[in-house]
Amino acid sequence: MDLGSTDGASESPSAAAKKHSKKPKYSKFTQQELPACKPILTHGWVITAFVSVGVIFIPIGLASLFASERVVEIVDRYDKDCVPSTYGNDTLAYIQSTQTNKTCIRSLTVPKQMKSPIYIYYQLDNFYQNHRRYVNSRSDEQLRSKAYEFDTDDCDPESNTDKGPIVPCGLIAWSLFNDTYGFSLQNKVLQVSKKGIAWKSDQKHKFGSDVYPKNFQSSGLIGGAKLNKSIPLSNQVDLIVWMRTAALPTFRKLYGKIEVDLEANQKITVVIQNNYNTYSFGGKKKLVLSTTSWFGGKNDFLGIAYLTVGGLSLFMAISFILLYVVKPRPLGDPSLLWNINPVGHSN
Amino acid sequence: MSAMKRYIYINDDELSQNLYCDNRISNKKYTILNFLPKNLWEQFSRFMNQYFLLIACLQLWSLITPVNPATTWGPLIIIFAISATKEAWDDYNRYLSDKKANEKDVWVVKQGIKKHIQAQDIRVGNIVWLRENVEVPCDLVLIGTSDPQGLCYVETAALDGETDLKTRVIPSACVGIDFELLHKIKGVIECPNPDKDIRRLDANLRLFPPFIDNDVCSLTIKNTILQSCYLRNTEWACGVAVYTGNETKLGMSRGVPEPKLTAVDATIDKLTGAIFIFQIVVVIVLGIAGNVWKDTEARKQWYVQYPNEVSWHELLVIPLRFELLCSIMIPISVKVSLDLVKSLYAKFIDWDSEMIDLETGTPALAANTAISEDLGQVEYIMTDKTGTLTENRMIFKRCCISGRFYGNESGDALKDVELVNAVASGSPDVIRFLTVMAICNTVIPIRSKSGSISYKAQSQDEEALVRAAACLHMVFVNKSADILEINLNGAIVQFDVLDTLEFTSDRKRMSVVVKDCKSGKIVLLSKGADEALLPCAHTGQQMRTFAEAVEQYAQLGLRTLCLAWRELEEDEYREWSLTFRDANSSLVDREWRVAEVCQRLEHDFEILGVAAIEDRLQDGVPETIKALRQAGINFWMLTGDKQNTAVQIALSCNFVSPEPKGQLLLINGKTEDEVCSSLEKVLLTMRTTNSEPKDVAFAIDGWALEIALKHYKKAITELALLSRTAICCRVTPSQKAQLVELVKSCDYKTLAIGDGGNDVRMIQEADIGVGISGREGLQAARAADYSIGKFRFLKRLILVHGRYSYNRTAFLSQYSFYKSLLICFIQIFFSFISGISGTSLFNSVSLMAYNVFYTSIPVLVSVLDKDLSETTVMQHPQILFYCQAGRLLNPSTFAGWFGRSLFHAIVVFVITIRVYAFERSDMEEMSMVALSGCIWLQAFVVALETNSFTVLQHLAIWGNLAGFYFINWIVSAFPSLGMHTIMFRLCRQRCYWATMLLIVAVGMGPVLALKYFRYTYRPSKINILQQAERLGGPILSLGNIEPQPRLLEKDVTPSSGTQPKNRNPIYEPLLSDSSNATGRSFGSGTPFDFFQSQSRLSSSYYRNCKDT
Repeated sequence: MDLGSTDGASESPSAAAKKHSKKPKYSKFTQQELPACKPILTHGWVITAFVSVGVIFIPIGLASLFASERVVEIVDRYDKDCVPSTYGNDTLAYIQSTQTNKTCIRSLTVPKQMKSPIYIYYQLDNFYQNHRRYVNSRSDEQLRSKAYEFDTDDCDPESNTDKGPIVPCGLIAWSLFNDTYGFSLQNKVLQVSKKGIAWKSDQKHKFGSDVYPKNFQSSGLIGGAKLNKSIPLSNQVDLIVWMRTAALPTFRKLYGKIEVDLEANQKITVVIQNNYNTYSFGGKKKLVLSTTSWFGGKNDFLGIAYLTVGGLSLFMAISFILLYVVKPRPLGDPSLLWNINPVGHSN
Repeated sequence: MSAMKRYIYINDDELSQNLYCDNRISNKKYTILNFLPKNLWEQFSRFMNQYFLLIACLQLWSLITPVNPATTWGPLIIIFAISATKEAWDDYNRYLSDKKANEKDVWVVKQGIKKHIQAQDIRVGNIVWLRENVEVPCDLVLIGTSDPQGLCYVETAALDGETDLKTRVIPSACVGIDFELLHKIKGVIECPNPDKDIRRLDANLRLFPPFIDNDVCSLTIKNTILQSCYLRNTEWACGVAVYTGNETKLGMSRGVPEPKLTAVDATIDKLTGAIFIFQIVVVIVLGIAGNVWKDTEARKQWYVQYPNEVSWHELLVIPLRFELLCSIMIPISVKVSLDLVKSLYAKFIDWDSEMIDLETGTPALAANTAISEDLGQVEYIMTDKTGTLTENRMIFKRCCISGRFYGNESGDALKDVELVNAVASGSPDVIRFLTVMAICNTVIPIRSKSGSISYKAQSQDEEALVRAAACLHMVFVNKSADILEINLNGAIVQFDVLDTLEFTSDRKRMSVVVKDCKSGKIVLLSKGADEALLPCAHTGQQMRTFAEAVEQYAQLGLRTLCLAWRELEEDEYREWSLTFRDANSSLVDREWRVAEVCQRLEHDFEILGVAAIEDRLQDGVPETIKALRQAGINFWMLTGDKQNTAVQIALSCNFVSPEPKGQLLLINGKTEDEVCSSLEKVLLTMRTTNSEPKDVAFAIDGWALEIALKHYKKAITELALLSRTAICCRVTPSQKAQLVELVKSCDYKTLAIGDGGNDVRMIQEADIGVGISGREGLQAARAADYSIGKFRFLKRLILVHGRYSYNRTAFLSQYSFYKSLLICFIQIFFSFISGISGTSLFNSVSLMAYNVFYTSIPVLVSVLDKDLSETTVMQHPQILFYCQAGRLLNPSTFAGWFGRSLFHAIVVFVITIRVYAFERSDMEEMSMVALSGCIWLQAFVVALETNSFTVLQHLAIWGNLAGFYFINWIVSAFPSLGMHTIMFRLCRQRCYWATMLLIVAVGMGPVLALKYFRYTYRPSKINILQQAERLGGPILSLGNIEPQPRLLEKDVTPSSGTQPKNRNPIYEPLLSDSSNATGRSFGSGTPFDFFQSQSRLSSSYYRNCKDT
């Protein structure tokens, strides 16, 4: 910034202070004379700012694009293909029926080498975990501690059964995702590790180790997955992941990790239990396998945005320079002051 | 009639004991019991508070509330608590000071015995005894003093601010009552019900036998001593309590003045209303969309479990939810922030060491802390002349005695040898002239111990005359009771004052009737304005010399007083004296009747001569007026003085400047027709010349003004708008107020400045009242919103304080809306991806903290911001134009801020949801990312809009950013607070910081580019001055740049369109023409022309801008 012009607060106040010495309250603050730095938008400063934004942003953008590029991602949409063609358009009947065979076998090809850990996500589209009725339908107290078992006020309409309160109560838990995936590579089962997929802090502080599922999915409408009654909530990692509600209607949730490397062109067979109903609202279900980079998962947005911003600000800088050269305008031109008709202000 | 009176039985413990209130003074607004309800009621009478209360109540309905009710209740309760605490504290202080006054010990006669009681126990009818230098506890009617003549002296500074001593006298009925008998006195006082007129008391006293006869004796304000006065120079005095407690004159005049609303406040209110409407529209649209979405989509979303059958009121749930979600659009903090900064503006005025009057050590004082911004928007200044523009330090300079001019050569009559010789030789005319000078007044001579005499006078003119007479060996030495002593060349002459016909602004003269103790002759001495006295002269006398003298003196800018006298016949006087006494004791219309009776005596005067008194201009007045006129402010001078004097003063202080550029038009006339034709002529000239680079002013006298205001209001209003300068002479206080109202009614911001009691009404009427704490007492200063020591501080008050205040408030209020809209837009966008169900992206803690801490603190330091240095502003007063025209806060600037908040909301929202998509889309994380984005942006917005960074600003802006993280780390550490560990996680993510950087770059880049482009290629005057000031160089020459006349001509013409350029025949100066009507020649006969300053230009475009 242009620090060349600091306020000349040093000479005048001291003189004034002597003059008005009978006024005890005198201070630079009360006289509004605190020394101040008064930057102005000079050509140099503005152009430098834009150039430096360009210079900083373009490398960052390139780096992040590069990082995103190195992430290997397999996305497989299976909701449609996992409905037998006999059901045709009546997907809803298929998914809601308890009789049908929900098993579905998919084959995925690894496009490039994938270094472990390989993250397994399921992706739901058009699923509003952020809906107001949904997002608040939980009881953090109940999840945290056995003592608050009856604290189900916010959980309607999934709060109580005849036999007592539902644990965990609320729509979120009730609609827990229940598709399962089994992976195998050349007929060898790939172990899916669920270790560390939930936040440690959630397991430790938000989901009690003394809270066990109770009356869950036991009566009335059955929503999603059922929970093993003998495992405390703090270890129900799938539930914990699900309960971290997503802010967007399209989201991915961690299903597990594969701890071995996958080579290019390998074929993975996935056995999917296609239980979860997204058909009623036309939501998509996708299975995602992805590696990670120092910048997170595959997301080109940051890289592209950085490159664009960097490019644009270089462009701005250049056009300001050109403008300055073509049409130089000295700052603080007194001829613009009082003796022209101020066209720019007359409306 | 009887309902209007109270009868007070003196010293009668039974009869009047409980009829009237006791003397407990109470300025308290609240009691402990009613504090809460009353205070809450007062606070809730404001629209904004009602709105917030409604929102807070809606939030208690858990079905619709998107966030915790604490988000509104918290700030609401804090705001209310702050206001209530302030009120309670003020009230407590009032209680303490009341208590102190109430518990003072006083001597009172009870059951015939003098007792020491507390002041609060005084009852109406009690006889109260006072000692010297004691404060008067309630309004008393005097019945006895230590002075054998029944005189006492009081200082009324606390009441009316006048520091001189006033004489008070016991009523005639009580004269001669023995000291011992005083506390046995019985009687009845008939007086009006309590009022607040401290200059008037129309009452009667009747003492019961055995005291004197049973006659009714009239009482005036002269016979009273009022609460809060001090008894001086009198050993003791005693009086009957007539008004007590809060019913005293002082208590009644204490009132809560109507709160003034600044133009900025009004704009903010309007903008708030606009935002409110916008909010309602958003709510309706989203509410409908939400309901539609619910019925089409949400039913398919099985996991939401919408019940199939719903009652009709379910339809309201979504709109109400959005109403709550959008309620933050109207920032709850804006009122508190504004109150806070406004009181700081006022403090800056109080603290300003450059506005301390060094002579008296009076600092400037902002009594009204709420209207500083208006100072920056002043368009008309109505100024008093005497004491405001001038020093009000009168010095006798010249005189004309029976046709002879004294002091014309030397400029000082006291040094004029001829006059000194004339006095020495005892020329009868001169002696009579001097006698009137010395004793026709209400001055009290006070002899100090060293033998020198000082004078205590209510009027500066009188003091000047008495002093001058003393210099000419006519020394007014003593006044005891009604006997005056004059030392003339060593010989003592005594006069008995029979009656005093007091000065009123209507009569414009005062007279005394005295009896020469030696010869026994009764003489009426009179002095007054020429037009009040000259018509009363006896028919034979030649008036021409006096009229000429008056003319000549007035042209020199001197104040003139005519002195006159008449010998009275004994019978005539006796007869008149009866009617006078009668009029004086009348309860109805006393003032008018007295004036009427006085008129009967004041005729057939022999005019003795004319005295001219100089009242020097205050320091810096011409410069101040010049600068403020350059700033585009129109000046009107409203004075009680006569036209020529006023015009001369106007000339000498840059109000007016002689030939050849301007024109002074005169409106006068004695009848309706004359005034009408004169007015029309002037108007015609005004209309035609308004397009030309020429300043036209008009002068009007009180008489014509009265007619014009009554019959030609439309014409005078048009005139007022056309003319930048006006001189109104001979106007009464109420006319002053009327004129202020006239200009105010045309939607101009008016500032009235004055120093005396006659300016009080005008000061109260104007948008901003400024009082000069001058020699005429503090009355004006007390009624005013601002009081300053000298006129020249007005420049600093307006240009520096007013301008800064306006700029700062403009920024602060718009910024407050910006930041609220920013977060609200994000919520609205979020609702589109959350099924239009009214989910709040942000949690309750963040929302509350956003408004209360994160965004309030940085903007509060904008009270220290200065766009231009004080010196620059003072050098270029034209820059005030931006404030006057409301350039920095109006719908279009507000639209800019609105657009900016929309743009920033889009930036934050889009970047956040794109970066935090898929596996990152955890709601808690994302809301914190969006919130941090807002905080970062607002820090940079404040930084970009700040013109000068002091340490405090850096601390508040960047410290606040750090504080945001600090607070959120703390909040993140608590598992129960909903955002457990979120901030720690985010701070570890590279892509979080990358997002912040991106948001700042995308959000600020265009803003910066646009600002730079405007700043460089479409600079406003402020920008140019900033550049000049900070880059140095040309600034030095800037101050001296004068506009080229050629350019002026060119520039003004286009704005005025079709006006013919060549002069209209009516362009004849009207002055000489119309002055014939009054038979007065106006100086050399040439019209006055006004200096064509560059301000003319600024005002012309400024008006154009205002119109478009």
